Amino acid sequence: MQDNPKVSGSLRKRLVLTLIGGAALLAFLLFLAVRNFAVQVAQQGQDNILFASASSMLDAASLRDGVVEVDLPYSAFAMLTTPADDRVFYAIYEDGTFLSGYDDLPFFGSLDDDRPRYRTAQMRGATVRQISAHRTLIGANRRINLQIVLAQTQDALSETLDRIFRTAALLGVSFFALAAAMSLWVTSSTMGQLNRLTTSVTRRGPQDLSPFRNPVPQEMAPLVKSLNSLMGRLDHSLSQSEDFIAEAAHRVRTPLATVRSYAEATLQRVDKEENREAMRSMIKAIDESSRTAGQLLDHAMITFRADQMERREFDLVELLRELVLQLAPIAEMKDLALNLHGAPSVPYAGDPILIQNAVRNLIDNAMKYGPAESAVDITVTAGPPVRITVCDEGPGFPADEIDRLTTRFARGQNAEGKVGSGLGLTIAQDVAGAHGGSIELSNREEGGACVTLLL
Amino acid sequence: MKFLLVEDNRALADAVASRMRLDGHVIDHAEKLEDASAFVATGDYDLILLDIMLPDGDGRTFLERHRASDLDTPVIVLTARSQVSDRIGSLDLGADDYITKPFDHAELEARCRAVLRRKSGNAKTTIERGGIVFDPVAGHLSVGGVGVTLRNRELRLLEVFLNAPGQVFSKQKLADRLFSYDDDVSENAIEVYIGRLRKHLEGSELSITTLRGLGYRLDHAG
Amino acid sequence: MRYLVAVILALLALPLAAQDWEDRQVFGAGDAAVTLRIVSSTDTDLFAPLIEGFVSANPDIAIEYLVTNTSDIDKRFRATPEAFDVAISSAMDLQLKLTNDGYAATLEGVTHPAWAQWRQSLFAFTSEPAAIVVNRAAFEGLAIPRTRQELIEILRAHPDRFRGRVGTYDVRQSGLGYLFATQDARASETFWRLMEIMGGLDVALYCCSGDMIDDLIAGRIAVAYNVLGSYAEARVAGDGPLDIILPSDFRTTMMRTALVSGDSPRPEAAERFVRALIAYTPEGAAAGGGRSLPPLAVEDPGADRATIPLGPALMTFLDALKRDKFLEEWENAVVQD
Repeated sequence: MQDNPKVSGSLRKRLVLTLIGGAALLAFLLFLAVRNFAVQVAQQGQDNILFASASSMLDAASLRDGVVEVDLPYSAFAMLTTPADDRVFYAIYEDGTFLSGYDDLPFFGSLDDDRPRYRTAQMRGATVRQISAHRTLIGANRRINLQIVLAQTQDALSETLDRIFRTAALLGVSFFALAAAMSLWVTSSTMGQLNRLTTSVTRRGPQDLSPFRNPVPQEMAPLVKSLNSLMGRLDHSLSQSEDFIAEAAHRVRTPLATVRSYAEATLQRVDKEENREAMRSMIKAIDESSRTAGQLLDHAMITFRADQMERREFDLVELLRELVLQLAPIAEMKDLALNLHGAPSVPYAGDPILIQNAVRNLIDNAMKYGPAESAVDITVTAGPPVRITVCDEGPGFPADEIDRLTTRFARGQNAEGKVGSGLGLTIAQDVAGAHGGSIELSNREEGGACVTLLL
Repeated sequence: MKFLLVEDNRALADAVASRMRLDGHVIDHAEKLEDASAFVATGDYDLILLDIMLPDGDGRTFLERHRASDLDTPVIVLTARSQVSDRIGSLDLGADDYITKPFDHAELEARCRAVLRRKSGNAKTTIERGGIVFDPVAGHLSVGGVGVTLRNRELRLLEVFLNAPGQVFSKQKLADRLFSYDDDVSENAIEVYIGRLRKHLEGSELSITTLRGLGYRLDHAG
Repeated sequence: MRYLVAVILALLALPLAAQDWEDRQVFGAGDAAVTLRIVSSTDTDLFAPLIEGFVSANPDIAIEYLVTNTSDIDKRFRATPEAFDVAISSAMDLQLKLTNDGYAATLEGVTHPAWAQWRQSLFAFTSEPAAIVVNRAAFEGLAIPRTRQELIEILRAHPDRFRGRVGTYDVRQSGLGYLFATQDARASETFWRLMEIMGGLDVALYCCSGDMIDDLIAGRIAVAYNVLGSYAEARVAGDGPLDIILPSDFRTTMMRTALVSGDSPRPEAAERFVRALIAYTPEGAAAGGGRSLPPLAVEDPGADRATIPLGPALMTFLDALKRDKFLEEWENAVVQD
């Protein structure tokens, strides 16, 4: 009955994964951006110092008597001091001829361009940042191009970058952790809305098909709207089902009633005994089919109600008293006594219409099988389980068929000549089942059948 | 007794009406709610038999209006619908009883009597003849001042004879009137009830004569 | 043919080089597992207590201690870095350039204050100020100068008394002398005025502190400028004939440094030795009994600017052009032919 829905993926998981994945990606991009920016800034810083140093060296150059003099300022190298004690290399060239410094450090700039050139290269087993700069010295009768190459290792830079990378990584990880925590929170609060809706659907009674009125987030409004519309249609179709069963009964019984009326009228006018007998058989057949149709429809209605069963508190004794009163004319007609025994009041929670119908069927059967001027005893005792026993003074159940009798359409062997069907017992058993009970069949020692409804 | 039958199915209505008339009742028949209202306004009925589904409306609306207008004429609802759903509605709306179609006339007769008995305050019809006083609604018979309550079938038997004095009823005809068709009735059973009724009628001017091979007849010695 | 000549010259040079040490001494047990070759500019007797302490604590290590001047250390070390395990020199600039040029090994595990080490490779272990040392006898009747300016005035006032009796390093030969001279020149113009005065007084030029102090004690010279105070003090403990003056106008303090050769065949033992060097303390110095080196200053000298900082700026005056220019100026001032 309760089909589990086909599950494909989890909204929560998808949401969490998307948010956390997004956060991870963003954190990583943040890290990369900070890192690249830091590398640029740090490299720019080193380049600036190299440029300042090279410039001060070039500025210290002069021509004296046509000879180049380079009075290296102390500060040129002093400014290259770093916390990581980076190594420093330099070379001074005069028109491409090595003057002093490190001759394994060639000039790599362009003489046509006054701007300094930078590059990162390997030198003496270390990665160095190099600058090439030059300056033209003009003497009385000479023009000399002085070139300076300056190189510095990048230990301090990489230490700084390492520190920045660690900070950036920490930033990224913190961002990720925060975003992950927030995405979990957002997910669970979003899912909370769905869960609340689910709970309120689950908590409803089976008959409660009223629309949801509690406020929901905007995004869930279409869902609730569809749900409400589904409820509405369900409500409509449920009442239609009830209407349909009632209508079906009407459609079947009305023509039967008509036929029966004709047959009865005919019977009044016919005198020939064999014709009368035929008419009687006809009326009996009509009665049997109308009763069967009625019970079938009752059974359908009971199955329907049992599925949707809603329990409510009521007094069983009062219900039975009313039922007995209702059936009294039929009993009287057959000169049968309907006796209700037992406690003055037995409160019970269940579906009174179902129980009344079940007991009515039991009493109907008892009245059918009980001989004229006998008694039908109805006894109710408080439970648990609550027992409602209906006994007649008829022939009783055949001992070998007691079990089979409760099966649908099974009629007792000794029921020949009586209009009716085994549906009565089936209805009683279904109603008992819907209330978590059962029925028991037995025979009385002094004669007669007993059916007990256990609730 | 004066009954109003509100039923759009003419065959059924005729059958019911003819049986009621056999029992000595006066039957007016309405096929629509509109007619029924007109009948109720002009005639004074002891009982209304009301169908639920009528061409111009639901019988329950009529019932509702009827109860609202302070008329306490008892109503028995005739319904072809499921017992489970309709019953509640009609009883809540003030029907005194209901019966599902198709019904056995014996059952309808029993229900009518039960309803009339409950409401006996406003309608008291006794038959006085040949030294007996008979109240068919209460099932009470007194002969020479000594009262006895008849069992249902004795009462029905007496009713059949009193409604057609001098007429001969075969055992089969009596069985058709007394029993429902699903009862197994032997001719012996009729003899038993005839015997009982004869005993009840002792001391009055009424007696049941056996016409061998034909049946029985109620004779008035006076 | 030229190739053959080169080979023969090299072969001839080897034994020459091997014998060409100012001093050579071996410390430690003869059966020691390793023998460290240490090239140093520090006189053996000053260094001996420290080495002896080390070899007694590390009996598996013997030490061959080779002494030469600072320029020679630089030259030899650059030629054959694998031949030496440790280089110890007072010429901070040369040591720094050796390190900058990649000759020194990085000793990761050694902890030493940042100001006293460079690149975890060059480690300072003494603080030694340059001093004016005078023979008290020569200054009889005169005030002992406390600053360079006072010295200049005295020399100027008594040219006859001091002619030919002033001495300083020949900065063309002595690496330490050159370091002190360049640092002085950087600090104050007073240096050049002093040099001119001294040049005018026929200054005696020395290659090494030892000779200068010898002549001071002997009274051949009256004043020595920029002598290592530590040497002088070591030579004349207590009441000698000398006064050691740390000029109060400005001071120039050198730190003796050690480095492990990047090509050392015994890096582990060499590192142990350097660790022992930098663990050198005032208490250890006192235990040496007078003739030993002063320990490293305990405080960071950054603030007083007296101690020559270990940094790339030291390379400035090692530049060939710069050096030529400086020496030219120096010669102009000092060598007044």
